[in-house]
Amino acid sequence: MTLRQIGVPLAALILFGLFWEWLVWVNGWPNYKMASPSDIWPAFWKFRGLFLEYGWDTLWRTVVGLLLSVVFGVFLGMIMGLSRTMRDALYPLLVGFNAIPKATVVPIIALMFVGQHDMNTILIAFLISFFPIAVSVSIGLSTLEPEYRDILASLGASKFTIFWKIALPKTLPEFFGALKVAVTLAFIGTNLMEIVEPHGRGLGHLFDSGKISADYPLMFAVLIALALMGIVLYYVVVALEKVFAGWAERNPT
Amino acid sequence: MSNLIDIKGVRHAYKTPSGPLPVLDGLELSVPEGGFAAVVGPSGCGKSTLTRLVAGLMKPDAGEVWLHGELVKGPKSTVGMAFQNPVLLEWRTILQNVMLPLEIVDTGMSRKAREDRARHLLDLVGLSGFEDKRPSELSGGMRQRASLCRAIVHKPEVLILDEPFGALDAFTREDLWQTMHKVKAEEPFTGVLITHDLRESIFLADQVIVLSGRPAKTQYVMDVHLTGERDIEMLYTPESADALNTLRQQIRIAQGREAA
Ligand SMILES: Nc1ncnc2c1ncn2[C@@H]1O[C@H](COP(=O)(O)OP(=O)(O)OP(=O)(O)O)[C@@H](O)[C@H]1O
Ligand SMILES: [Mg+2]
Repeated sequence: MTLRQIGVPLAALILFGLFWEWLVWVNGWPNYKMASPSDIWPAFWKFRGLFLEYGWDTLWRTVVGLLLSVVFGVFLGMIMGLSRTMRDALYPLLVGFNAIPKATVVPIIALMFVGQHDMNTILIAFLISFFPIAVSVSIGLSTLEPEYRDILASLGASKFTIFWKIALPKTLPEFFGALKVAVTLAFIGTNLMEIVEPHGRGLGHLFDSGKISADYPLMFAVLIALALMGIVLYYVVVALEKVFAGWAERNPT
Repeated sequence: MSNLIDIKGVRHAYKTPSGPLPVLDGLELSVPEGGFAAVVGPSGCGKSTLTRLVAGLMKPDAGEVWLHGELVKGPKSTVGMAFQNPVLLEWRTILQNVMLPLEIVDTGMSRKAREDRARHLLDLVGLSGFEDKRPSELSGGMRQRASLCRAIVHKPEVLILDEPFGALDAFTREDLWQTMHKVKAEEPFTGVLITHDLRESIFLADQVIVLSGRPAKTQYVMDVHLTGERDIEMLYTPESADALNTLRQQIRIAQGREAA
């Protein structure tokens, strides 16, 4: 990390904050229309305990939901990628399920398991995010060139060995591409549920409290906190990708 | 049985949506131990299918494939394969790629011995110094050399090469022919080479088999009398010119462009 790599984005961020402050001041917007950075910081400070507590709720719910969708998505992708029949059978179902706007599923789940805040939230994060993972893994596996299989199959290697040594690592770049989409989706899912559920905790709930008590700076502060958390989650996935699929990155020539 | 590879009356058809597609019909092929047979024939006649049958990756509809006096029923670790596409794994270094078969086949070699063998082979084909590079950092010819090392690293009895030099330019290809001779002198194996290049077939093999058009059967067998270490010059002698002419004519017959 050079000074340039940290300094440039930081300077841009400060400039953006100043511009925002100036825009609100020049137009004379009241804070229910648009809160300014100078309103937001006190909101953070006032609710710092809740931000930490609820931020943690939102974070772990998203991560657990995402882990579930990785396990299930990879499993489903494997089944569809390795068997043509299963692909033909499951694909239309999966597409149909994915076509349902998840915002409509949120109230249904919330009513199905009333009061189970953690479970409901995790469930939505999972439901909304496993699709891209399943599809990418199945495509990665089913488009494996037969020669890749044959270099090990001709030695009498088992299907599992071929999967473990060739198919799986070869699919990792596609998997991580999908995981970057999935982490964003899971995060959206978590917040949808938290906003809808009364007494549900989480940053979404804090947002909703802000709305109910007409505390507009608080609502904006939640938005900023969510943006920060979203960035962190995304870059954790990017870091994992670097470690496990860094080989797929071509050196610029 | 004195032949290491014996293919007897093999027939095979692929199932396609528009009905069965007969690919091989009455194919005969015998290669003695230590022999090197080149198989040529019109495009799409079933040469790659033949290699998959010998490797035990598929079963023929009829007929038998014997390797070393044993009926082939499935893949065996005594076979090594290389294809036109070098299929090196990008997440492994060249050395790790070459060592891949040793992770599957139990050779009883220690980890050290396996690595030494892989390094030795890479040195033999002129790739020393590239052990820790990634496949994408190598040229096409170099990748094909690495792929050849991987095919023989577990000391297979049978080496099957399906147009391994097909995608290379003429100069690189001739270099690799020389490398093949060098490898053959050090590593004993019985080989089957599929190729489109008639000059390559007589330069590398001691027996050239011409397959007919689809469904393919053995149409013509030629013994090549060039022996041992070879020189590109040998392709320009009158004997070689005769052999090439005969093969060219056989290919035209196989393509149905000339009467037998
Ligand atoms: N899995 C398959 N299913 C159906 N048809 C196939 C399959 N594999 C090959 N074929 C067909 O069988 C025929 C022979 O294929 P094969 O790959 O053995 O030919 P080839 O002699 O190796 O061709 P080339 O010289 O182009 O490499 C071709 O017409 C091909 O379209
Ligand atoms: Mg072929």
